[in-house]
Amino acid sequence: MSTARHSPFHSAAAHAILILYTIIALFPVFVIVVNAFKSRKAIFREPLALPDAESFSLIGFETVLKQGDFLLYFQNSLIVTVVSLFLVLLFGAMAAFALSEYRFKGNTLMGLYLALGIMIPIRLGTVAILQMMVASGLVNTRTALILVYTAQGLPLAIFILSEFMRQVSDDLKNAGRIDGLSEYRIFFRLVLPLVRPAMATVAVFTMIPIWNDLWFPLILAPAEETKTITLGAQVFIGQFVTNWNAVLAALSLAILPVLVLYLIFSRQLIRGITSGAVK
Amino acid sequence: MAVEQTTKPPIRWHIAVFLAPAVLVYTAVMILPLFSTLQLSLFSDINNSQVFVGLGNFRTLFGDPRWAEQFWNALGNNVWFFVIHMLVQNPIGILLAAILSSPRLRMRAFYRTAIFIPTILSFVIAGFAWKLILSPLWGVAPNLLDLVGLKSLFQPWLGKEAYALTTLALISVWQFVGIPMMLIYAALLSIPDELLEAAECDGITGMAQFWKIKLPLVLPAIGIISILTFVGNFNAFDLIYSTQGALAGPDFSTDILGTFMYRTFFGFQLQLGDPNLGAAIATAMFVIILIGVSIYLFGIQRRLRRYQF
Repeated sequence: MSTARHSPFHSAAAHAILILYTIIALFPVFVIVVNAFKSRKAIFREPLALPDAESFSLIGFETVLKQGDFLLYFQNSLIVTVVSLFLVLLFGAMAAFALSEYRFKGNTLMGLYLALGIMIPIRLGTVAILQMMVASGLVNTRTALILVYTAQGLPLAIFILSEFMRQVSDDLKNAGRIDGLSEYRIFFRLVLPLVRPAMATVAVFTMIPIWNDLWFPLILAPAEETKTITLGAQVFIGQFVTNWNAVLAALSLAILPVLVLYLIFSRQLIRGITSGAVK
Repeated sequence: MAVEQTTKPPIRWHIAVFLAPAVLVYTAVMILPLFSTLQLSLFSDINNSQVFVGLGNFRTLFGDPRWAEQFWNALGNNVWFFVIHMLVQNPIGILLAAILSSPRLRMRAFYRTAIFIPTILSFVIAGFAWKLILSPLWGVAPNLLDLVGLKSLFQPWLGKEAYALTTLALISVWQFVGIPMMLIYAALLSIPDELLEAAECDGITGMAQFWKIKLPLVLPAIGIISILTFVGNFNAFDLIYSTQGALAGPDFSTDILGTFMYRTFFGFQLQLGDPNLGAAIATAMFVIILIGVSIYLFGIQRRLRRYQF
């Protein structure tokens, strides 16, 4: 390796740029979370100071817990996300297996049909989706959201998973067939365990947009009992605009669960992105 | 299996079983509504019954000055929103990825994790966090500018017609810079070392190596990012709605197609919602996205040279 690329000057410049951008990326999150734990006066007097014994206050969180039903919102978000995620992974893996394993008439066409949804956003069909949900009485139910998110997540899941399933060795599957395993057992017992890393990648990519979505909860399930945390935070903040403690606390409550999940899964996510998202 | 292998192969039901759930849900909840939305745009509600009006809704949308003005305003804003992303988000993403992928960089995992954090947050959080920071009431932004002696530059950016849209686009860039960074980082890592060593033997190092060797090799990844940005931007809604509300103030200066469609569909203040006109706007968005995707697939992607390693 040449010395030019690794001179101390270059290295220092690289770190300077990265540190600068890291500060830009984290600063807003830092300001919000830090100020959520301060009293109203301290928020305005010294917005950038860490809370100390004098300025520490949980008044914002108390307001949030009293006024908004955040536990319920959180539960709704969790149910919707987990169930949609499960369905996307199960149905997506099954379809990906059919497309990558068997030769049948219309295979390519079916693959293209299912890939259409990667480029065309499901939101454009909102008007008709709402009418359909009204007609079937599913408005303001979590089922409506689960159905929409399952459909939304499937195209990308099928696309990525079938790429991975093509790499599973044919000999292994044929050995299973000779041993008399049914096609279903081959899928569930042999192939699924082998593509687990790819499933984890798809899971993270599917989960983030579902958890963060505002559009469909706002349109399909705005009722109090079915609000997700993203919509709940949006409405709460709209009502309490002038109560800075409450707004900052609500934002922190919305940030922290995602942040914790991300820090747990970040290794998986990054490995997933760097292992085959770009073809 | 009970079916004996004869000259005619048996129907392989398992293929249908594997495909059915995904195809059913996808078709019922995504494809059919998409097409019935396109169809709804050709109807109108007259005395509570749907009447076929052909291109009537589009005539209203493009012919009626009140609607046309709003539509072109939203489209223009959307184009500007996209331009800012292309000019700011992608170069920053490429720069960060190039630095991150340089060998022997310490704390790489930390930077990668930290810079990606905004991307996992929802638009609601990102929007409000910046709204508070830029608020003249709180004074975080003016105080920071004061530190570097630029306090006089401070403006309530989100409240000024001239700056609001650009500010929102930059907030969105702040949030999504992680995606181009990661994808290009992945593409840069997949360049084989032999290629770079060969370049070094020929004396191509440092910046020259980046421009002449690495950048051409990651062009396909940049193409993918551009089209993802395009689809994402022309379908955006959440950020504008959560910071500026459905009216996309001040004075519609931040109105984009997503918020325009929402307002038309559900109505606001004194105007009643009109699902058919909303569907017409969705159809226009569909056409715009389709044109963009086609240009990419047939015009750009085919010209990009791909290298097999």
